[in-house]
Amino acid sequence: MIEEFVLQCPIPLDDNPTVQMGHGGGGRMTRDLIERIFLPVFSNDLLAPLHDGAILPPVGGRLAFTTDSFVVRPMFFRGGDLGSLAINGTVNDLAMCGARPLYLSAGFILEEGLPIKDLWRVVRSMADAALAAGVRVVTGDTKVVDKGHGDGIFINTAGVGVIETSLTIGPMSVRPGDVILLNGDIGRHGIAVMAEREGLEFESDIASDCAPLAAPVRALLAGGVQVHCLRDLTRGGLTSALVEISESAGLPMTIDEEAVRVQDGVRGACEILGLEPFSVANEGRFIALVPANEAEAARALLGADASVIGTVETAGSQPPFVKVRTSLGTARILDLPSGEQLPRIC
Amino acid sequence: MKYLDEYRDAATARTYAEAIRRVTTRPWTIMEVCGGQTHAIVRFGIDTLLPPQISLLHGPGCPVCVTPLEVLDQAVSIAARPNVIFCSFGDMLRVPGSQRDLFQVKSDGGDVRIVYSPVDAVQIARENPDKEVVFLAVGFETTAPANAMAVHRAKEEGITNFSVLVSHVLVPPAMEAILSSRLNRVQGFLAAGHVCTVMGYTEYEPLARRYHIPIVVTGFEPLDILQGVYLCVRQLEEGRAEVENQYSRSVRREGNQPAQELIREVFTVVPRKWRGIGEIPASGLGLAPAYAAFDAARRFQVDSHHAEENPECISGLVLQGIKKPQECTAFGTKCTPTHPLGATMVSSEGACAAYYKYRRHETTTPSPPATAGGATP
Repeated sequence: MIEEFVLQCPIPLDDNPTVQMGHGGGGRMTRDLIERIFLPVFSNDLLAPLHDGAILPPVGGRLAFTTDSFVVRPMFFRGGDLGSLAINGTVNDLAMCGARPLYLSAGFILEEGLPIKDLWRVVRSMADAALAAGVRVVTGDTKVVDKGHGDGIFINTAGVGVIETSLTIGPMSVRPGDVILLNGDIGRHGIAVMAEREGLEFESDIASDCAPLAAPVRALLAGGVQVHCLRDLTRGGLTSALVEISESAGLPMTIDEEAVRVQDGVRGACEILGLEPFSVANEGRFIALVPANEAEAARALLGADASVIGTVETAGSQPPFVKVRTSLGTARILDLPSGEQLPRIC
Repeated sequence: MKYLDEYRDAATARTYAEAIRRVTTRPWTIMEVCGGQTHAIVRFGIDTLLPPQISLLHGPGCPVCVTPLEVLDQAVSIAARPNVIFCSFGDMLRVPGSQRDLFQVKSDGGDVRIVYSPVDAVQIARENPDKEVVFLAVGFETTAPANAMAVHRAKEEGITNFSVLVSHVLVPPAMEAILSSRLNRVQGFLAAGHVCTVMGYTEYEPLARRYHIPIVVTGFEPLDILQGVYLCVRQLEEGRAEVENQYSRSVRREGNQPAQELIREVFTVVPRKWRGIGEIPASGLGLAPAYAAFDAARRFQVDSHHAEENPECISGLVLQGIKKPQECTAFGTKCTPTHPLGATMVSSEGACAAYYKYRRHETTTPSPPATAGGATP
């Protein structure tokens, strides 16, 4: 969540307006950075001892454990920033395991010369996102690299969550006949970041969909839905999620193109740039594969923006393909992009 | 979405498909010239709406695909030099040269940047007076005005650290090369709407007359293409060979005159090599003598470079409509978008990549087991 930058940065900017090599040296400057920036912002009793690691209380259930690194450029974009992304990315990966996210670590690699106020803004945003997602940052690390050897801030977060369901959530549980639900419109995050990075101006403001997904997943599980598989639609977008699940499960899928909502601004941007909205990144969207007879209940639990976008088919003699029924009533297959999506010439 | 949804309407598409079926009495082979049209045809499965007598062939209108290997090698050679900022449209970066592509140059430390307009490259030159800024100016008549504008502006402003590596191509000479080939199967053309928006369509009229072939200037949305096919089939069935304008919401007969003037000012018509096809006389644009100082090939002395294509790649035959992508032995096996042998597999507008992306399952359908010793019919 980007909010107005009101809080005064606790390290006086006139002392050290930028990150110095000494901030990673383990001496007094490192201590200053921790005590004046990280501690007050992430304040909690598990972090407070500043021990080599956090000692966590026992949790009642299986644990999910994940890690992710965040290198997005630019650091700030419409609808989010590197900080909110670093929290939500790991929170969402835990949620996709069916877990309730609990504790996160945060590792920072800072580039010498980074304005302290940018670090402060990112860290503040992490704290807001953690609060919104109901997780605590309980341990961390900071390193500083020479100017030119980093890109402002790189963040790694790892996280653990507790699995409070007995369901096995993953491609192995997907069955023919399962219904595929999507929790909202797609493509906003990728286009928002690209617009900011490349200085593209579109008529409509496109904001990232960056959001924690722990709550909607908990709603499904608490509502008693027999969730078979969950996947968030980050890099590679809806395309990668569908193709990967289909391949892992060994089952074909059919998707109704018209059921997948894409904002007009995102569609327009994709048309201009020659991108495929299905393959553009999201940070607050996921698909849930559930038995057909629970589809309506699941859709209701996910809220008004959710929709049924397709079904899992019975395995045939062919390798599993994800087939898209187009608005014209024709069919095409959905395939992974071979690398980064590149804007077309004309 | 306005100006988009109305051209993707399913009911109207069915009406057009039905109209095409009604007027078709015999087999016809029609080529869509532009890669953007090929992309739309496979993305929306437009060919599957057509009666079986109509075959669509995919033409040479993908700028990425027809840019010769030499030019890519020249680009790689220039981009790898210190003190150069090399700017290009995004989809040229993954096109393999003989040894490597521009992405690899970038990962090896070259300053390679994606720009969305050639004028952005001029701005980069303004901001980096101590660097040489080079723009890879490829494409058809569609991209020529903007590329001409970039060079024109650089000259006007006296920006001397800017140059362009030019490999511009022209559509009508390529259509004529296809028509005059003894292997030609094309009976009607859907001409490229964007190219005609710039150039108009008077230069297609002599082609239609000389080769007695209908040419329909066609847009890029599903309904545009269906309507283009309808108009083309109707001409074929009635024995007419005229230039018709389906894309009248964008194209006028005389085209965009100021854009054409700018092209004539900065460029001159030259013979040009097309990747996979070979040299076609008067089929390209090079810098006019007054702008020769902006020629990157000369400035960096890479103009004598020569390169050989991979012998297994049949992209030349695909680009001329003689073969379909699946007829290539390497298609989907040795040649994929991740490891392309030829350019038609690289660009999303390339026929091979489009078939791989949307139609691969048709080629991977297991063939019925061959009976021992028996001949297949």
